[in-house]
Amino acid sequence: MTVYGYKLPVMSSLLLWGLLWEIVGQTGWTFFIPPLSEVLVTLFNVIGTAAFQKAMYETAYAFIAGVFFAIVIGVPVGILIGKSRLLDELILPWVNIFLSAPLTALVPVLMVLFGFGMKSIIITTTLFAIWIIILNSRAGVKQINRSLVDMARCFGASPLDAFFKVYLWAAMPEILGGIRIGVIRAVKGVIIGQLLISIVGFGALFELYSNNFMMSHFWAVLIVLFALAFSLSEFLAYLERRVSYYAASR
Amino acid sequence: MQNRSFYLKILSAVIVFGAWEIAGRIPVSYAFPTFIESMSALFAMIFDGSIFVAYAETLKPLAIGIAISATSGIVIGLWVGLSQRFEWLFSPIFIVMQAAPLAALIPILVMAYGIGLTSKVFVVCIMAMPVIVLNTAGAVRNTPSNIKDMGRSFLASDRDIILKIIIPAASPVIFSGLRLGISAGFIGAILSELKITPTGVGDIITYSRSIADYPSMYAAIFSIILLAVLFLNLLERIENTLFEGNNRGYVSD
Amino acid sequence: MSQTNNAFDKAEPIEHESAVSVRNVSKNYGEVEALKDLSLEFPRGQLTSLLGPSGCGKTTLLKIIAGLLEPTSGEIIIEGKKVTGPGPDRSFVFQDFALLPWASVLRNVSFGLELRGVAKSEREAVAERYIKSVGLGGFEHAYPHELSGGMRQRVGLARALSVDAQVLLLDEPFSAVDEQNRRKFQEDMLELVRTENKTFIFVTHSIEEAVYVSDQIAILLPRPSRVSEIIRPTSFRGTGVDNIRRSPEYLDIVDQIWASLRNYVE
Repeated sequence: MTVYGYKLPVMSSLLLWGLLWEIVGQTGWTFFIPPLSEVLVTLFNVIGTAAFQKAMYETAYAFIAGVFFAIVIGVPVGILIGKSRLLDELILPWVNIFLSAPLTALVPVLMVLFGFGMKSIIITTTLFAIWIIILNSRAGVKQINRSLVDMARCFGASPLDAFFKVYLWAAMPEILGGIRIGVIRAVKGVIIGQLLISIVGFGALFELYSNNFMMSHFWAVLIVLFALAFSLSEFLAYLERRVSYYAASR
Repeated sequence: MQNRSFYLKILSAVIVFGAWEIAGRIPVSYAFPTFIESMSALFAMIFDGSIFVAYAETLKPLAIGIAISATSGIVIGLWVGLSQRFEWLFSPIFIVMQAAPLAALIPILVMAYGIGLTSKVFVVCIMAMPVIVLNTAGAVRNTPSNIKDMGRSFLASDRDIILKIIIPAASPVIFSGLRLGISAGFIGAILSELKITPTGVGDIITYSRSIADYPSMYAAIFSIILLAVLFLNLLERIENTLFEGNNRGYVSD
Repeated sequence: MSQTNNAFDKAEPIEHESAVSVRNVSKNYGEVEALKDLSLEFPRGQLTSLLGPSGCGKTTLLKIIAGLLEPTSGEIIIEGKKVTGPGPDRSFVFQDFALLPWASVLRNVSFGLELRGVAKSEREAVAERYIKSVGLGGFEHAYPHELSGGMRQRVGLARALSVDAQVLLLDEPFSAVDEQNRRKFQEDMLELVRTENKTFIFVTHSIEEAVYVSDQIAILLPRPSRVSEIIRPTSFRGTGVDNIRRSPEYLDIVDQIWASLRNYVE
């Protein structure tokens, strides 16, 4: 939006909303919304505490491990089913099912199979992220221009060369797009996993805060989480734009 | 070749369910029932009617939440898409909501609204709404400028342009936003039944887990995933027939 | 006036009064001057082509005449009235057709009349007539995606004709149509200019197309855009559609235009 010819930055309205939050908090309208300033003060105190750092560390660990498995398994599977029609027809229906299925329902299964710990959370995270990565990698391989494939063959590229020098790069914009969406889903997955298995990471922290009605602590942690998730998704979008510059012009 | 694809789907289902059956027979874990055990538990629940009672309970917050998020989400989305000022004001909130793990709000919702229906509806709403708003706003904003120009050059009023050009042009994307919203709403509904209070299908899952009746637990999970997938597929079918050709017919194809 | 009329000695003086006058029009996009002090007359009942290399502002000029863009300075006069926005006296044929993909051919063609509040039965009767006249009879209930590019543009043309505007603005109408269809369109254009007593303003980047269909060709040169030449072919009009491309004057004009444009090809 422009005001008096000056273009306001895109996210600047969040300041306005923050102000509204402060005012609502100051009026003491509801116990559940403490003033933003109070939350921010708490935030700086909370960040230093051991409990927060432990939660942060556990979450980051589960998240990174989950995303790692999702990428390492998802991208090759996606490329494979993109290249092989038989595997595509066997596997794709399941990818589509799990892509739209409410995966939350599977967390109890993971809990009884893998215990109430890190392992279940990592698997939850992977399950949230992997399907879109497979699907996008497949789409990336599928859309490769026929004449690009023919070109590689005409100029005598070996299958390995063709794969690493042509296919992988030609499919890269879609693969990265899939990874970006997968990572955003993984953030949700890791939190959902921790909420349901509430003895690890932020799940345990939330349990502690809500049992003791520590509202500003709660909001402080939420702000940190949301800010991190948002920055991560913006950063990935930025990376994707940088790397995928040729996507439109190929 | 229609047949080939169909047989391969059957084959693929046989492989997966067969693997489940074998893994259950080994067994890989005491908590891993066979496919046949799980399916007979499912049929038992269907025949004694308990699963229908459970679904009536589960689908209530889902239906209310979806109805609320669909109507308000589309209205807000249209608004944000049409007005620069509202875009500035509202879109950051929904962009952040889209990226953020909103499930973390559940404990606060429970404190504020208790463990009843209200909290569950809220959970469905916060999960479903961002994608509906953002899809609607994006679709409105990305209406091809050539057909808007066409409308203006044939003397359309602003109202005509919104009603006869922008909304029809945006409706496929709005509809797919709704579908994604419903998909997220399912996640929210189940999450709230598992996290807030066990009711409906969440109750079957939690209860049968606590008494180690694993076949029933797997059956309930199987049924909810099946239901969600079938419903979302149905929506996608409807979407494809409803808007057949709507995304084509431009010069680029 | 930056117009020069010395291109062809045998060019006749303009005997028609002008339906559309462009007077000292400039258009700036920030720092960039898209059009600079451009003046041009469009004779009534004739077809005038705006021809030039890409980036010469011909589409910008057309959209200014249509009222879709506002000039930074200068004015457009149509039948004595100043243009302030889109009006019922003009209709537009779009390069990319701009059809509503969710509407049938019939609704697309009658859309202009629908927006003017004409009753359904009446506007559909008019639309059906024009659908037949552009050769799409039988396709009334087809949807745009079921039609070929050429047929889609016939829908666009029928829509523009059905509102019965005095001035028809065509923005590279045949550039997204295949070659054979384009030739047929060009022949149909000549027929339309002859039978419909309308003023046609036709933007194109094809030299042959411009010479083939035009009563008057305005050559625009870029950066900033200006009219460098006005050419009025004389001898081959009315010799029949099949003879035009063989006429020596046709060939000469094509060569002459190419000679003046070749320096501007990037």
